[in-house]
Amino acid sequence: MTQSRPLVSTHSVGVYRGGRWLIHDVSLEIHAGQVVTVVGPNGAGKSTLLKTLLGLRRPDAGSVIRMPGLRIGYVPPADPVQFDLPLTVRRLMTLTSHRPAEITTKALKETGADHLSSSQVNELSHGEFQRVMLARALSRDPDLLVMDEPLRGVDFSSEADLYQLITEIVEHRGCAALMTSHDLHYVMSRTDQVICLNGTVRCMGAPEDTVDHPEFHQLFGTRAEAYRHVRHQCHGESTET
Amino acid sequence: MLDDFFFRALFATLVVALVAGPAGCVILWQRKAYFGDTMAHSALLGVVIGVILGLNPEAGVFGVAFLVAVAVVALQRVSRLAGDTILGVLAHSTLAIGLVAMALTGSTRQYELIAYLFGDVLAVSKEDLILIGLGGLFGLAVLATIWRSLVAATLHEGLAAAEGAKPLRNQLLYMALVAAVVAVGMQVVGALLVVALMIVPAAAARTLAHTPEQMALIAVLIAALSGVLGLYGSFWLDTPAGPSIVTIAAFIFFGCLVFDAVTQHVSRSRGVRRSVARAPEGDA
Repeated sequence: MTQSRPLVSTHSVGVYRGGRWLIHDVSLEIHAGQVVTVVGPNGAGKSTLLKTLLGLRRPDAGSVIRMPGLRIGYVPPADPVQFDLPLTVRRLMTLTSHRPAEITTKALKETGADHLSSSQVNELSHGEFQRVMLARALSRDPDLLVMDEPLRGVDFSSEADLYQLITEIVEHRGCAALMTSHDLHYVMSRTDQVICLNGTVRCMGAPEDTVDHPEFHQLFGTRAEAYRHVRHQCHGESTET
Repeated sequence: MLDDFFFRALFATLVVALVAGPAGCVILWQRKAYFGDTMAHSALLGVVIGVILGLNPEAGVFGVAFLVAVAVVALQRVSRLAGDTILGVLAHSTLAIGLVAMALTGSTRQYELIAYLFGDVLAVSKEDLILIGLGGLFGLAVLATIWRSLVAATLHEGLAAAEGAKPLRNQLLYMALVAAVVAVGMQVVGALLVVALMIVPAAAARTLAHTPEQMALIAVLIAALSGVLGLYGSFWLDTPAGPSIVTIAAFIFFGCLVFDAVTQHVSRSRGVRRSVARAPEGDA
């Protein structure tokens, strides 16, 4: 897989704002079908990295290369209440481009949100909202799914369902996925690569490499499979919450 | 029919309503009411510049309002001052400069200040109608081009940009649209009230709509209804046309507000009754 051309890659990327480097010297590659999770504490630059990858923010150092014609499905960090206009879920599905109704309905079914299509977006719970936003991203048939804090605001009992859903989608569709998590202890089991970010890349590797104790395999429940990211393997503060 | 001053006024009002409705919706969504106000405050300066350049006043208003909008955005980017500080400074300084410029150049030409401030829709000429029609077409064309991106950017700028919206182009086009509404609407309701024609119908529509497009459509209908009722009212009661139109729009807004509050209350108390009725089952 790594011989193929990456969908997106960064080369020593840095973003400078307000007199400091939000991120610096970040190099990574995301290949087709790969699931990459970026973990790091608040303020580590996770969102900045994602925005740079998406082309929303121009890097002040280094470069970002996206495969030509790459289709990205973006699930931004957002709250339902932030969507303060009259807006049904059905209309949200065609927010940036027209989509045939059968495609949007199929995508909503895929994320278990088709019963919400007539609901007002700002009345959804966080979990429902994330499912809808995920469906919206999927309706674009993305090569790469980019999710910034997909568990943001989602209550504890729904977290596992949502991770399971993302796992199923990635496996079923075979698309690549990039997501961030500020919860340093849990990373989706399907993840191929974990990147610990705190200003710069502290460490990266397969989750197996970052787990060195069998007791953590008990955490791999049948549904919400999660890895505890071992503290000492990722040096220093990047594992502090 | 267009020989009749009243029908010309009606036509002008309906054209303005058609564009002001959706434009007002976007103003509300993006919380740009004072932004529109600042553009409208620069209208007098636009009139003077239009006359000095030998253009008609509306062209001057359009150009100056657009430039002021660009200046606001540019200043907000480079300045450390708060956004509303910049709006306040520009709104009132352009108004003052406009009045001074009028006094300096007015010796040779009589400006109809009251007409610019409060509108004089009954004085709309056939030539004005052509201009208003063109302005309306321009506005609708802009809206059709960028509507989806505008709605998307209102909801989430990053999301819109990630999926191909061009924020800078859209923002410039949108400012041109509002400038066109100010220039054309100034004749109908005047520079002081033209923003009201955008935001009051949109605010009323917010309480009734389920989608952005519904809101835009309802805003157009309310603006048009206010225009028709306001014009007839001003005719019968001998009141100024522009303020009459806005007064009707305001009444409709308050009516919608009350209607919304009542329906909310009814549906809530129904919900309570239902949950009370269900409670014993829950216990059992």
